[in-house]
Amino acid sequence: MGANDTQQPKELPMVLLHRLPSFNLPPNPSFRDHLRSHFHILDPHESPEPYDSFLSRHAHSIRAILPVGPTQISSELLERLPALELIVATSAGLEHIDLPACRSRGIVVTNASSAFAEDVADCAVGLLIDVLRRISAADRFVRGRIWPVEKEYPLGFKLGGKRVGIVGMGSIGSEVAKRLSAFGCTIAYTSRNKKESVPFLFYTNVRDLAANSGVLILCCPLTEETYHIVNKDVMAALGKEGVIINVGRGSLVDEKELVQCLVQGEIGGAGLDVYENEPNVPKELFGLDNVVLSPHRAVMTPESFEALFQLIVGNLKAFFSNKPLVSVVSNE
Amino acid sequence: MESIGVLMACPMNSYLEQQLEKRFKLYRFWTVPDKSSFLASHKDSIQAVVGNAGAGADAELIEALPKLEIVASFSVGLDKIDLAKCKEKGIRVTNTPDVLTEDVADLAIGLMLAVLRKLCESDRYVRSGKWKRGDYVLTTKFTGKKVGIIGLGRIGMAIAKRAEAFSCPISYYSRTEKPEIKYKYYPSVVELAAHCDILVVACPLTKETHHIINREVIDAMGPKGVLINIGRGPHVDEPELVSALVERRLGGAGLDVFENEPYVPEELFGLDNVVLLPHVGSGTVETRQAMADLVIGNLEAHFQKKPLLTPVV
Repeated sequence: MGANDTQQPKELPMVLLHRLPSFNLPPNPSFRDHLRSHFHILDPHESPEPYDSFLSRHAHSIRAILPVGPTQISSELLERLPALELIVATSAGLEHIDLPACRSRGIVVTNASSAFAEDVADCAVGLLIDVLRRISAADRFVRGRIWPVEKEYPLGFKLGGKRVGIVGMGSIGSEVAKRLSAFGCTIAYTSRNKKESVPFLFYTNVRDLAANSGVLILCCPLTEETYHIVNKDVMAALGKEGVIINVGRGSLVDEKELVQCLVQGEIGGAGLDVYENEPNVPKELFGLDNVVLSPHRAVMTPESFEALFQLIVGNLKAFFSNKPLVSVVSNE
Repeated sequence: MESIGVLMACPMNSYLEQQLEKRFKLYRFWTVPDKSSFLASHKDSIQAVVGNAGAGADAELIEALPKLEIVASFSVGLDKIDLAKCKEKGIRVTNTPDVLTEDVADLAIGLMLAVLRKLCESDRYVRSGKWKRGDYVLTTKFTGKKVGIIGLGRIGMAIAKRAEAFSCPISYYSRTEKPEIKYKYYPSVVELAAHCDILVVACPLTKETHHIINREVIDAMGPKGVLINIGRGPHVDEPELVSALVERRLGGAGLDVFENEPYVPEELFGLDNVVLLPHVGSGTVETRQAMADLVIGNLEAHFQKKPLLTPVV
């Protein structure tokens, strides 16, 4: 991806790489080589030409775009790419893409949640067990040489039998449900629509779900409707022993309110992989033992990146040979 | 029953202490300044001993208490009780199986996730204030990893059931093969170790299983192997484990137990591929209460000449 345009044969289909200068695809040589051998990757940041003229010069040939990280795809950008037909997203979340604009232009969007779902679900379960059983806190206790002094470590709480409420029953939510069922948890969920194929109890809104759960796990996309969906009311409904696990997006939760509830003991604990203003994390959380903090790494395994690369290459190849795409985002 | 003397070996649970005090004459062994003179003066009043994973009833204690009728352990493990001596003298022994199975299995999986996904390490990283956006530190996927279980009893089976939900292929070693079980059996721990990614110790501690994790097994696990110990510290040759981890000949470890609790080898404190817990396998409010009720239930049943709830001997 570091090559000049002229070093790649022009017969290969063109794909625009869309990224902020500080972001790039993970340094994986075999992925980059594979990508370059099948596609002509246009990277404006690797060109000496100013961004605007680079884009205008190639606009008519760009049918596919590959956004890296949370780089915005706004309606303005879409307007500058009149030939665009496909966006191959590289993240599970799509809130950085103007989906309504894509829909009205007939631009197809594929996402990557199937590549990440298992790893995100593993992280959610790991965070939940960690919060309830105080694993990170107990590890600190041992490393701090406190065990010989204090002898007894405070008791945690049993996971089995807990009522788990999953917000969003897409690919990630279903993987979480599958795992926690094996621990003897009762699963319930909320989602935009009830899913007939899912055997779990459905609630029409998050507040009712919270009122009937001991644990809330956030696995849904961030949209206008889900912004701050976990607010003061929901946290009150969840109750003093409730635990919130967030592997979705920071802004699904009213973070200020969450911090206050945690500090004041209004909810039981939280396991967080995402925050409203990453990489900033409210410092009040650093002193709490019933909170586990992860730096947005739920997807960060070599295996999920391998699956992501296959998905990206698979979708691009299918598109350019007029075959059916994998992981198309539906409007449902 | 208030006149029946019960000797509690060490502090284990205040609810249990309270309940014992209500029903019996409770002696707290750890508060006694001179243990041997205490035993000499009280030998005719003590009819029961309550022990746990840390302290139980060895041959010496049993010999010192001629009126001892029952040893009730606040644990499922029995390695601190001289079972042969109890059998010989007709002393009953009870433990706390089943009620703690799920918590221990949950913790085993929790340790696997914490080690592979570096949850504790990541938490430390965030709390240190060092997190910068866009830093790609990769951990290791847990789903689909091969899990090898030593000991397929209640706890081993519960671990298998949970790991299966993560699509982990399960294999095991136990004293005898269990033909009714669908998991792959290996006739030795070394072979099991060579064919799995994560090895879990879930068997009882006996003479035969002492140091069941030794240099040979660690070598078979290899530099990507991860050891999870929710059994007993002496299951593992601890110095061998420590040097393997420090020298990166072993990929990682999640340890809830150690050879000399509460002391943990200091060399482990500097490693980012280990998770260290202070023996909390059954450490939940709900389970410790259930265990305490079982201890009380067994003692009451014995002294009321009713059938024991969870007898071992």
